[in-house]
Amino acid sequence: MAVATAIPPAPSDDKRWRIVETRMRRLGQRPDALIEVLHAAQEAFGYLDTDTLEYVARGLGVPLSKVYGVATFYSFFTLKPQGEHACVVCTGTACYINGAGGIVSAIGRGLGVRPGETTPDGRVSLLTARCLGSCSLAPAMILDGEVRGKLTADAVVAELEAL
Amino acid sequence: MTEPTGTDRPGRPVRRRRPRGAVPAGPVRASAHVCQAASCLSASSDQVLDALAEQVSEAGLTDVAVKRVGCLGLCAAGPLVQVPETGRLFDRARPDDLGGLVEELRAVRPGTAPGPPAPFFARQVRVATENSGRVDPEDLDDYRARDGYRALETALHAMTPAEVLDQVVGSGLRGRGGAGYPTGLKWTTVAKAAGAQKYVICNADEGDPGAFMDRSVLESDPHRVLEGMAIAGYAVGANRGYVYCRAEYPLAVARLKTAIRLAGRAGLLGADIADTPFEFHVELRLGAGAFVCGEETALIASVQGGRGTPRPRPPYPAVSGLWRSPTLINNVETFANIAPIIRNGGDWYAGIGTPSSTGTKVFALAGRVVNTGLVEVPMGITLREIVYDIGGGIVDGRPFKAVQTGGPSGGCIPEQYLDMPVDYESLKQVGSIMGSGGMIVMDDSSCMVDVARYFMDFCREESCGKCIPCRVGTTQLHTLLTSICEGSATLDDLERLERLSDMVKQTSLCGLGQSAPNPVFSTLRYFRGEYLAHIQDRTCPAGVCGVANREVVRQ
Repeated sequence: MAVATAIPPAPSDDKRWRIVETRMRRLGQRPDALIEVLHAAQEAFGYLDTDTLEYVARGLGVPLSKVYGVATFYSFFTLKPQGEHACVVCTGTACYINGAGGIVSAIGRGLGVRPGETTPDGRVSLLTARCLGSCSLAPAMILDGEVRGKLTADAVVAELEAL
Repeated sequence: MTEPTGTDRPGRPVRRRRPRGAVPAGPVRASAHVCQAASCLSASSDQVLDALAEQVSEAGLTDVAVKRVGCLGLCAAGPLVQVPETGRLFDRARPDDLGGLVEELRAVRPGTAPGPPAPFFARQVRVATENSGRVDPEDLDDYRARDGYRALETALHAMTPAEVLDQVVGSGLRGRGGAGYPTGLKWTTVAKAAGAQKYVICNADEGDPGAFMDRSVLESDPHRVLEGMAIAGYAVGANRGYVYCRAEYPLAVARLKTAIRLAGRAGLLGADIADTPFEFHVELRLGAGAFVCGEETALIASVQGGRGTPRPRPPYPAVSGLWRSPTLINNVETFANIAPIIRNGGDWYAGIGTPSSTGTKVFALAGRVVNTGLVEVPMGITLREIVYDIGGGIVDGRPFKAVQTGGPSGGCIPEQYLDMPVDYESLKQVGSIMGSGGMIVMDDSSCMVDVARYFMDFCREESCGKCIPCRVGTTQLHTLLTSICEGSATLDDLERLERLSDMVKQTSLCGLGQSAPNPVFSTLRYFRGEYLAHIQDRTCPAGVCGVANREVVRQ
């Protein structure tokens, strides 16, 4: 197993690199810590950009191609910066049965964004999730980290427009 | 990509303090259990907990405990508060309207017998979730007060690994992740496998849309899962364990971390457990949103830090798994059943349920049913009892159409089988599977062709892309189903759909692809008329698909 000897210098003097660095060190810079380290980086910065991927690759002694492969394989990781507010609409089975599709298309009509897109003014990112596990509250969404349940399309659009 | 500066990157999310409730040091006359699992928390049950603790203290009730607990089950009616002494459940509690609850607590007399449980609870048998809604998930002492870690201590002090295996084999427990492989057999295989280093993995990558049993167990009673893993480690000879949990469940992850830390500090995990030479170290690994990682070889690839792609089996992980060492992989609910089996004996567990499907099963009841939430029922109960007696029937009294079990790998069960017993064999016979426990009830507002398309869309997106039948086949099947929904398909397309479904099932590498056509098969089997209506009459009987909308416009 290739062991990286020293963690390379951070790409900038942003203090949040230290969070990523600490995580790598705690996990012994082992290549199998890749997903854990990417989680730490995304939690710190909100998304994973090329600098981050290169930094993690060097720090763990993993080829950049593998880091990129892992970062793009898992839907939880995002390579694009997100809007000011993140709206994650659940499209799991219970939410689908209770009309999640209508909510997504209503947001599309109201704000002009499709899932995975951010409004041009960078205010709201619309995302969809496979299942939030809040099936009792269907249809549900997470708005800025808070679960909202028993939604109606009109109320959601009104709330997002008022943000 | 432009050089990012510190300012245009969003900051870390602010973590809010989680309230703990208030438990008096002295004797407790009455208590209020306030649910602090994800569903109720999203309805601000943390504010209810704080407000209740304050109001109880203001009312001078010094012998009343206000306790943080896990899931109380009836998730749709949250925030939930239960007074265990009287058995009364307060639903939709609001921080500014707790007077009735405080009065109830004031009125409890010692020796009060709990009233009869509501129908939602009366038919349930709690084994895996026996502590849910009763213990504080972040308090080790509270878990220990309810026989917590006693099974592990019994196993280590008074049983040999072979005796532990005997009890698990004797219990007849089968894998609760969905496939139903006998747990005892799996454990025995790992125990017999050659290798100095062995691993135990808990599969908490609950990816099925419409299923939240594992989340609830982890949020409500994380120690029970760790205890089950440690007992498994002792039985099979493993000294390391991993919990592979979805990153989408932040509360479950936080409570697991707390539990691992507390158990380690108390000498119940780590080295020299319970003053014996046995050691067992548990680490947490986060998934990152890939359904395929529920497949055991893909899960192992992910724990090793790579893309979650499966590999052909054999060799099975029980022989060659994590780092090519023998690895035991069980689901959260399977591990949650282990401690009671060791405490009460395998025969006790085998006495619940049916001869071939022993014990209980936790289901996440959701969809168009009145009482949505988490239920644990003995195997062999009928679907009608679950949907009507426990679930309270269909919303707005609409007609029942189907129950979907097993998620994207399962099928839709029509009305004619409502009186069928729920066990592994019966569900398989009617073209569905037990699955991990998602149970979605559908009424006449669901179009079964669109349901099949919905699940195919899921499989198409979640296919890892390694094998062609799954990568290309699911896309082609989705295209065919879409053309049926849109009213542009012919009868030839229907035949093509069936042929291709069969091919994908027969030739895919892993369970994801092999089971992806199941929703198509089961809807074709029971609702073929709906497919024909879309194709021949260009109408959608449920009025869901675009084809129906176009019909309306033309008239």
